[in-house]
Amino acid sequence: MAQIFATIVHKAGVPDDSAVELVTAARKIDAGATVTALVFGSGDDLAAACTAVAPAYNEVWKVDGDAFAYPNAEVIRKAMTNLLPSDAIVLVPHDTFGMDLSPGLAIKMDSAFASDVVGIEGLDGGTLNIVRQEFGGAVSTHVQCDISQGAVINVRAGSFAPEETQANGQVVDKSGDVGDLGAARRKFLELVAAEVGDVDITKEEVLVSIGRGIEDEDNIEIAQELAEAMGAVVSCSRPIVDAKWLEKSRQVGTSGQTVKPKVYLACGISGSFQHLGGLKGNPFIVAINKNPKAPIFQVADVGIVADILDFLPDLTEKIQESK
Amino acid sequence: MEILVCVKRVPDTSENEIELNREGNDIERDDLVYSVNEWDNYAVEEAIQIVDKVGGSVTVVTVGDEEDEEVLRREMAMGANNGLLLADDAFQGSDGRGIATILKAAVEKGNYDLILTGALADGGEAQIGGMLAAMLDVPFASVVNSIAVLDGNKLKVGREIEGGNQEMSEIELPCVLSIQTGINEPRYVGIRGIRKVASVEIPSMGAADLGLDASAVGSAGARVRRMDYFVPEIGDGAEMLEGSTDEIIEKLIEMLKAKGGLK
Ligand SMILES: Cc1cc2nc3c(=O)[nH]c(=O)nc-3n(C[C@H](O)[C@H](O)[C@H](O)COP(=O)(O)OP(=O)(O)OC[C@H]3O[C@@H](n4cnc5c(N)ncnc54)[C@H](O)[C@@H]3O)c2cc1C
Repeated sequence: MAQIFATIVHKAGVPDDSAVELVTAARKIDAGATVTALVFGSGDDLAAACTAVAPAYNEVWKVDGDAFAYPNAEVIRKAMTNLLPSDAIVLVPHDTFGMDLSPGLAIKMDSAFASDVVGIEGLDGGTLNIVRQEFGGAVSTHVQCDISQGAVINVRAGSFAPEETQANGQVVDKSGDVGDLGAARRKFLELVAAEVGDVDITKEEVLVSIGRGIEDEDNIEIAQELAEAMGAVVSCSRPIVDAKWLEKSRQVGTSGQTVKPKVYLACGISGSFQHLGGLKGNPFIVAINKNPKAPIFQVADVGIVADILDFLPDLTEKIQESK
Repeated sequence: MEILVCVKRVPDTSENEIELNREGNDIERDDLVYSVNEWDNYAVEEAIQIVDKVGGSVTVVTVGDEEDEEVLRREMAMGANNGLLLADDAFQGSDGRGIATILKAAVEKGNYDLILTGALADGGEAQIGGMLAAMLDVPFASVVNSIAVLDGNKLKVGREIEGGNQEMSEIELPCVLSIQTGINEPRYVGIRGIRKVASVEIPSMGAADLGLDASAVGSAGARVRRMDYFVPEIGDGAEMLEGSTDEIIEKLIEMLKAKGGLK
């Protein structure tokens, strides 16, 4: 069995939630696997991240260097290609770093690439049986991946629950083994923080959230009137911000805000994982969608099949009457 | 600047209910409305805007068959200068690596400074741009939401990372960028624009034209294979409220009150 590695994403010394989820994914590939955490970074932050992940992993490979102070996928890819055995199975979180790193890593290592994996159903010889989704989560698929020459596997956040078992691995310093990294052709300059808007949806208890189903900028009023009647605030999915109908600070999702409301009304939102990734704290979700097969109905507590352009004004009226 | 944009024709999920066919081995494709992948459309708009500023031309390319030509035409109606169709029976069943291999061969037949793809398409893998860059051995940046052309054969690009924060980098040309939605406001394409390009001849290249070994692409070369489509049973799903609109609203208001959703 090839060695399994998990790429650890961390910030300010704290590993991302994916760090403990990747161990579970690795054990689904091979229950008896020795799983090695691969941690790139520099200085004290790196040391802290290594210490934090060590309990969950059999071994931690720490790679310290100025070139890794900011996670530049081009540089880390080169280092991984030099460092890892060519038939390695490399797990990576499917976030914007994983999207940057993994497809190219699979080519450079001449490995198979399985992306955005949500389930692993076991290994059959050199074939790994995995589960993915397509069409924004509308349908799932079983995928067979030939991992006999190695594999890079991007794992979706939240798909694998952390394990209780502790492996308590040692931290091994591999900084000297990364080989020649060459000159980076992509240089990190700076981080620009997302704009702060006039409302802070992360602090709201009740959100009326609209998606592409609102159809037109003029219809946003409908949601605002409902929100007002409910004492709620309007939030939205990404396409509403892309169209510049609402400001970025109202976007819920992985590339927007992480919200923790008590009640979330998803109106004309299909329920992509990037959208749901911003919804935490187990809220009471009401989904209103004209498509009875919309994936949002799988995660909502209550579902209503309706055209929001008709339904929301009716709801607003009844709430006003009931006051 | 010579820019190549890789595009794909996909079922429009906001227009269609995606359902399984009766055999359960594919989605029901009759009656589906197809359009250009949303992310690709932003990529083409961005290419056109760059060329408007610094000169050059935009070529749109797709791997597919005759039916896929319509998205090339649509993007040419938008303002792309050339279209290129990569079609061959040998390409059937390609995985991401196969598609990237075909595109690489096409790139090497041209002379491009910049290659754009969408950040992802209907399969959700987000893989083609990164693979293509690695095969061409040029730098890559994913989920790009701003591009500025700098002196000295460089770009300044912004990547939209978690939380909507932006990571700014300098990247050398030639390079491959995968484009995130929201980078621009794609122009509207009217019937008139489509008509203008309706009779333009779009060149097509196959495996032999591209010098590709058929065993490296298509299902023969695929290490990742989709076996079926299915709809998983996830938990109980939502409790669906049914009845007249009035009845539904009454029930909903009760629930909202109980959960603290009305103030
Ligand atoms: C790196 C990355 C990061 C991303 N980050 C985010 C993020 O932070 N947040 C986010 O939301 N997305 C994000 N996305 C985009 C995400 O993949 C989806 O494209 C997006 O969430 C879809 O938004 P939507 O549900 O509003 O639109 P769609 O998926 O188009 O769904 C619209 C829904 O409305 C329904 N509908 C249409 N008309 C009506 C009507 N009149 N009445 C009732 N229902 C109607 C349809 O049935 C459909 O279900 C990201 C994507 C990438 C690649």
